Amino acid sequence: MKILVAVKRVIDYNVKVRVKADNSGVETANVKMSMNPFCEIAVEEAVRLKEKGAASEIVVVSIGPQQAQETLRTALALGADRAILVKTDEEVQPLAVSKILKEIVAKESPEMVIMGKQSIDGDNNQTGQMLGALLDWPQGTFASEVKVEEGKVNVTREIDGGLETVALELPAIVTTDLRLNEPRFASLPNIMKAKKKPLEEMAPADLGVDIAPRVKTLKVEPPAERQAGIKVESVEELVEKLKNEAKVI
Amino acid sequence: MTTLVIAEHNNSELLASTLSTIAAAKELGNGVHVLVAGKGAGSVAEAAAKVESVEKVLHVEDAALEHLLAETLGNLVAKVAEGYSHILAPATTFGKNFMPRVAAKLDVQMISDIIGVESADTFKRPVFAGNAIATVQSEDSVKLITVRSTAFDAVAAEGGSAETTTIELGDAASTKSSFVGQELTESERPELTAASVIISGGRGMQSGDNFHMLEEIADKLGAAVGASRAAVDAGFVPNDYQVGQTGKIVAPELYIAVGISGAIQHLAGMKDSKVIVAINKDEEAPIFQVADYGLVADLFKVLPELKEAL
Repeated sequence: MKILVAVKRVIDYNVKVRVKADNSGVETANVKMSMNPFCEIAVEEAVRLKEKGAASEIVVVSIGPQQAQETLRTALALGADRAILVKTDEEVQPLAVSKILKEIVAKESPEMVIMGKQSIDGDNNQTGQMLGALLDWPQGTFASEVKVEEGKVNVTREIDGGLETVALELPAIVTTDLRLNEPRFASLPNIMKAKKKPLEEMAPADLGVDIAPRVKTLKVEPPAERQAGIKVESVEELVEKLKNEAKVI
Repeated sequence: MTTLVIAEHNNSELLASTLSTIAAAKELGNGVHVLVAGKGAGSVAEAAAKVESVEKVLHVEDAALEHLLAETLGNLVAKVAEGYSHILAPATTFGKNFMPRVAAKLDVQMISDIIGVESADTFKRPVFAGNAIATVQSEDSVKLITVRSTAFDAVAAEGGSAETTTIELGDAASTKSSFVGQELTESERPELTAASVIISGGRGMQSGDNFHMLEEIADKLGAAVGASRAAVDAGFVPNDYQVGQTGKIVAPELYIAVGISGAIQHLAGMKDSKVIVAINKDEEAPIFQVADYGLVADLFKVLPELKEAL
């Protein structure tokens, strides 16, 4: 089985994001960028399926600027076999991303697409589901367990209240949640080997996809700051304040 | 101009997230219709017809809708979408699962997780784990939106008298996905997203067993028990306890954070709570910067005291 994994380059998880003074967006100059954490989990899951013998080849794809190559090299170092960069410096919104991925699926014919449930920049949580609809494939979103069987995959999903398991006919889409696995670190020999793995480049136009944004960002602002309150000295004082001052208990 | 709200329910009750979504729909100033799709969901359709501001209920009954799988529900909503200017669903795991499928079918760039309505085409939504709020404008002819329920006060469940129309699922059913099973966390306590008081534990709790100290206090307050991502990652409690950008977004009257340092991703999930209490032995912990009342102390000493004091 061939697996396609989509990954995104985002501002590193540990960076405190700051809004630009002109409210046009957030500061990205000289900010550390990394693979979106949910995408790392997607790569790891594909690699584990390959190690178990359930997958034969892992193709990793990213859509973004030239530097997204680094993200793809990371995925190759973690165990993906080859990479595709759909290069653009423009903003690509989830609908356009899913249209590009649909074209990549048409070229590569994978039996499963694994991707993160959301990227930690846009926080949209849309692309996997949109790709599912465009391809008319079933989906297992927010996965915490993935079991491949003959012709199908069972996906256990994190839902509000607990867990739900669905059985999907292959080909299918899986989007990852946090508990699915703990991604490995790339070893130095694997990082060196990754430099020699094939990386193909193309443009959205080569795939015939119009990526013009449909939603305009008018402004980006910092959230309302919450003021720090007071320190209390004892449980007694705390309970008294909650009862008589805040009146919440 | 009419807005269609997709009801979240469990085939017997309409969930509170639907009432908050209807509140957002009301702010658009259009008429509001509600789609109730399910199996044996007649009581839900009746409840929806009584909700304030609802003009019409579309009721679809089919065995294939029992578990509201995204493939079938996505097909159905895309089929009934014509004529609506806005389609809204709660930004819960229910709404997030199927709405993007509808959007792709209608060739619309959906807008996720709105926290404010500026106008019929302009909305506010958090990005970067709530570290920035974007104001976005949709250029699509129909707006597909998921609504963060904690950002909108629920409309009244009574007071409306909508007409109900029955429609057929027809060829919208998909057989590519099927329901295998469900494990819902059994709890006598309220749901995290519906609770008016929440007590959450972090890595400072040191073990899953120690969460019983929080549970005892929760029972005295009628509270729900939550956790930080660190506590979930450490295996103390299941993921559905998680409060934060990658877990549940909550905004109760009272939020008590115990042994939680206050990572950005946790704050993003609870900082809209009305009153925040932090108990942590590290006085430099960032949680104190958002807490109304901070107690710098060893949680293992003060939790028993708190239990006694309540």
